[in-house]
Amino acid sequence: MTTLHRAAGKQFTIELTLNGQRRSGQAEPRMLLCDFLRHELQAFGVHVGCEHGVCGACTILVDGRAVRSCTQYAPQADGADIVTVEGLAQPGTLNELQRAFAKHHALQCGFCTPGILCSVTHFLREMPHPDEQQVRDMLSGHICRCTGYASIVTAILEAAAAMSKVV
Amino acid sequence: MKPVAFDYYRPQALSEAVALLSDMGDEAAILAGGMTLGPMLNLRVARPRAVIDISRMSVLKTISVQSNVVLTGAGVTQSDALGSDLIQREVPLLAMALPWVGHFQTRNRGTLGGSVAHADPSAEIPLALVTCGGTVVLQSRRGQRRLPAREFFVGVLMTQRRSDEIVTALEWPRSAPDTSHAFAEVAQRHGDFAIAAAACSLRLDGLDRIEELSLGVGGVEGRPVAIEVNSFVGRQAGEIAAALSEHAAATLMPMEDHSVSADYRTALTEVLVGRAVNSALDMARQRRSHLQ
Repeated sequence: MTTLHRAAGKQFTIELTLNGQRRSGQAEPRMLLCDFLRHELQAFGVHVGCEHGVCGACTILVDGRAVRSCTQYAPQADGADIVTVEGLAQPGTLNELQRAFAKHHALQCGFCTPGILCSVTHFLREMPHPDEQQVRDMLSGHICRCTGYASIVTAILEAAAAMSKVV
Repeated sequence: MKPVAFDYYRPQALSEAVALLSDMGDEAAILAGGMTLGPMLNLRVARPRAVIDISRMSVLKTISVQSNVVLTGAGVTQSDALGSDLIQREVPLLAMALPWVGHFQTRNRGTLGGSVAHADPSAEIPLALVTCGGTVVLQSRRGQRRLPAREFFVGVLMTQRRSDEIVTALEWPRSAPDTSHAFAEVAQRHGDFAIAAAACSLRLDGLDRIEELSLGVGGVEGRPVAIEVNSFVGRQAGEIAAALSEHAAATLMPMEDHSVSADYRTALTEVLVGRAVNSALDMARQRRSHLQ
């Protein structure tokens, strides 16, 4: 048994899987995971909003689960399997959910969108046939100042219906 | 904002985590899900010299039945607890409280033990634990200590945990199959911190009298409070909700803050206790009519 120790103020190498690829970068222990993904690994789809877990903009998938990346620190993610909005569809293409967002104008400025897309990806895996109330409950973990949420709810419900048809 | 620089430790065994905490005490912070410590670090409300990460310790992530209690490891995430059939069946009050804890995205990482150790007065998990008469298990180099939840919580963010102790598990008394439960809360938005919340468990006898009752209120005082309800046992259920609401509101000394006055908290206590008791009574009567 050993204790991993990373000293304050020193840089360490962090290795993880980002959108299917092995990646590594340098971080000191206090570096927020969202900052590590953006500044070290150029995953600029990770948006940083409130930096204390409230707004949901930085939500990513860590080992398949939708979680905040601003209240985790880089060394915690060592070895993790991370998916950001960049990894939800093949580059240059949109998946079913993203197409539904475009069709229903479920984004305006787009700041909250990457986090919501990551959340919904995990949510629909757990709950493939949600009703409106369940979608709104899940969305309570995200703040969108543009849309008023109605178009986001419509897009998610339509994508859920379309995705369950494919399966 | 960004946290102050800290030393990061990730022990593999609980004994190592305990040893580190024993050496560093108040200068170290235990990091589990980070749903509370994370914001506190980023806002620099917490400025620890070291962070001890226990989030990968599988020994803290088990849910098991041990005779008359369900034992949940401190590192069990809120979403895993919510998805557990064992919790749904054996600790229904916790299962009812969990959807009120934060959001889908925070429950995916936030833990049962972290919420209890942090002791926010409006937190739902401590309220459920206090209401059902559960126990907090603490570990230090000096050994293990078990404290009733009703003694563990002292005030706003204050508990009986000593600076060298780690909350390792929670013990939840198993609910009898004929006991009914309910949880009610008011927050500004769903998933926000509760302004007030009420939890109730009760059992009726064949003559519609209260045979067993526990009632808890959170968010009103600096810690979750189990209301003294002995004098209500044996009374007819029909008259009980209004009387309990009044009794709870009269018992509590409500906090006041920038958004909510003490009077409003008292009014909410009455409303929420009424809702929780009535909804538990409805459930008890439905169950009885099913059996008949």
